[in-house]
Amino acid sequence: MNSLNRKDLLDIKSLSSDEIMLICDTAKYFKDVFTRDVKSVPVLRGKTVCTLFYEPSTRTRLSFEMAAKLLSANTINVPVTTSSVVKGESLIDTVRTLEAMKADYIVMRHGASLAPHFLSKNIKASVINGGDGYHSHPTQALLDTYSILEKRGSLKGLHIGIIGDIKHSRVARSDIMAFTKLGARITLCGPSTLLPDEFKQYGVEITYDLDKLLPELDVINMLRIQRERQKGSLFPSIREYNLLYSLTEERFAKCKPDIIVMHPGPMNRGIELDDAVADCPNSIINEQVTNGVAVRMAIFYLLAGGTPLSDADTEGN
Amino acid sequence: MGILIKNGRVIDPASGTDDRLDIVISENKIKDIAKNLSPASGDEVIDAKGALVLPGLIDIHVHFREPGREDVETIIGGSMVAAKSGFTSVCTMPNTTPVIDNQALVRFIIMEAAKGPINVFPTANISKGGKGEEISEMGELVKGGAVAFTDDGKPVINSILMRRALEYSRMFNVPILSHAEDKLLADEGLMNEGLNSNKLGLSGIPCEAEEVMIARDIILTRLAKGRLHICHVSAAGSVELVRRGKADGISVSCETAPHYFALNDDAVEEHLSMAKMNPPLRSEHDRKEIIRGLKDGTIEVIATDHAPHALFEKMQEMEYAPFGIIGLETAVPLIITELVRNNNFSYIEAFSKVTCNPSRLLNLGRGELKTGALADVVIINPDEKIIVDDKFLISKCKNTPFIGKELFGSIEYTICNGKIVHKRTRA
Repeated sequence: MNSLNRKDLLDIKSLSSDEIMLICDTAKYFKDVFTRDVKSVPVLRGKTVCTLFYEPSTRTRLSFEMAAKLLSANTINVPVTTSSVVKGESLIDTVRTLEAMKADYIVMRHGASLAPHFLSKNIKASVINGGDGYHSHPTQALLDTYSILEKRGSLKGLHIGIIGDIKHSRVARSDIMAFTKLGARITLCGPSTLLPDEFKQYGVEITYDLDKLLPELDVINMLRIQRERQKGSLFPSIREYNLLYSLTEERFAKCKPDIIVMHPGPMNRGIELDDAVADCPNSIINEQVTNGVAVRMAIFYLLAGGTPLSDADTEGN
Repeated sequence: MGILIKNGRVIDPASGTDDRLDIVISENKIKDIAKNLSPASGDEVIDAKGALVLPGLIDIHVHFREPGREDVETIIGGSMVAAKSGFTSVCTMPNTTPVIDNQALVRFIIMEAAKGPINVFPTANISKGGKGEEISEMGELVKGGAVAFTDDGKPVINSILMRRALEYSRMFNVPILSHAEDKLLADEGLMNEGLNSNKLGLSGIPCEAEEVMIARDIILTRLAKGRLHICHVSAAGSVELVRRGKADGISVSCETAPHYFALNDDAVEEHLSMAKMNPPLRSEHDRKEIIRGLKDGTIEVIATDHAPHALFEKMQEMEYAPFGIIGLETAVPLIITELVRNNNFSYIEAFSKVTCNPSRLLNLGRGELKTGALADVVIINPDEKIIVDDKFLISKCKNTPFIGKELFGSIEYTICNGKIVHKRTRA
């Protein structure tokens, strides 16, 4: 396989395990590139990358922008709150405008599930999904995968726990798909109102009891809980959520000593996890952010038709 | 100067006729149905060899958007689409702008429809303004020509209002058509709740949102001794509730739409907002139970819920696109392909749902082929393949998940009140 051979990156479902590994292997090369002194490479010289974020985001948008800039692309952030979107322009018209200005890549985050899929059917530019509704967040899942691979070499047989609001989480859905494709064992854990039975059909286990699960895990991924969910009676209070599902210091003491602690960010410190846990040596939360740039560079590179890179390429440079 | 339809296979579900017969139409009536009839001088002769000759079809659930959204569809435009699709009678839903809650508006629809090719029977709102607070002037509305009452598009949330509507409408012998949906339970749902909604990250509408309301309405009908008809039934549990209600002797009937027996919620991933309607496409189990309900007679009516929407409205994110698809033009091809060919329905069984059954339900006095009846006739070639594409669809709005589908059944002629209102031209 010499590239991803596709126009868009919309979800994990459409990637084979080989393609996931290709992206991670390529990301390893780009991590070496951008952690050295002269960071940029001319992969996307002359290309334009537009970031179009219909939902607030700091790290994902910045990460894409950083990745594109390091690859020498022209990057434009379309500020949704000040553009004609506010005047009621439809998504399709907004993006056709960007296309008319010859944007090559459109990185979009949208609160409506499947918005990027809808877009990709109707425009020629390359669409990269930066997160859509509850559906998918493929680059997050890829950087999560890469981050675990970096620590453990393989996902095969690892027991990974994903904790929190699974129902409304695009990260959970994408992680489940990526991790299972690479042979990990997954257990989902959260309150029953946020963990519908349908998830069992993805070949994962589900439990409501975090304390029982913790000692078994090799990796724990704590999802962000959204305070709005409480209003929909999905759980009674943040306090009770905290008591049942927060990764506190006491709970952390029950984990395997080499457990990897992850969080897709932004964290609610004191709600999903205690400060001490977030900042402990097992936590790779900041590393995930660094890896995010490398993974997104790899994705741009491969979508641009780049061929697999070997370690020799790094040394040669 | 009449019409002689020769050599066709005449199917009349009302009488159970399925025979090779000729039909003579004179003025606006059927003059004779018999073997080997000869034309009178000046008669137009239609050779229906190999084709089915049926009563003009009846669709009791269409949205023609007028008054209010004439940019999307009009009464005359919708009537022309209906004629092309084999329908000679339709019932328009009252959720227009303004809603149809007074006699003048009912008369407006009838006056406007008189300029078009087919019969249009308006339904009117249960509640004033469609607000679900007070019942509308049902007596006046019936006098104006309304054939049933519904707040379609929205459920009647208020149980006492629903009780009163069922009681009051009894005096006029017209049914209440219920859009059965518990809005709070449906929440912000966009498609059927299940594995597919979970996979796609779209909020789900559980079948129970429909079933809860059907159960309430059946119970209220028992109390009010009224006549209840459930619109667009989509879920297995709903069929079972109606089946039980009927067994209990309660006056309840129901309809389903072709998309509920032709598709399941797998279609959403491919067609996105073009497969977004309310109630939503359900699971394969539900689809099979809908077919079983049609087979055993629990579901006695097929109605399309024809719901045109402008392309710019549909071409949006799933979340923002409106609910609804067009249904008239694909109705007969779906009935023939899915029910007759794939599920062994006889033509009589299948087409009773769009002829005599809906006519009887709403006292339309149509949907039968017999001497002396009004001459509404459709001639269908059941073996002809059609492709649902931009050329095939004449509807102004083409919001349908069946785009690109190859189906069986072409509408050769539609005759309404003795006049040919559609004749198929071959490409």
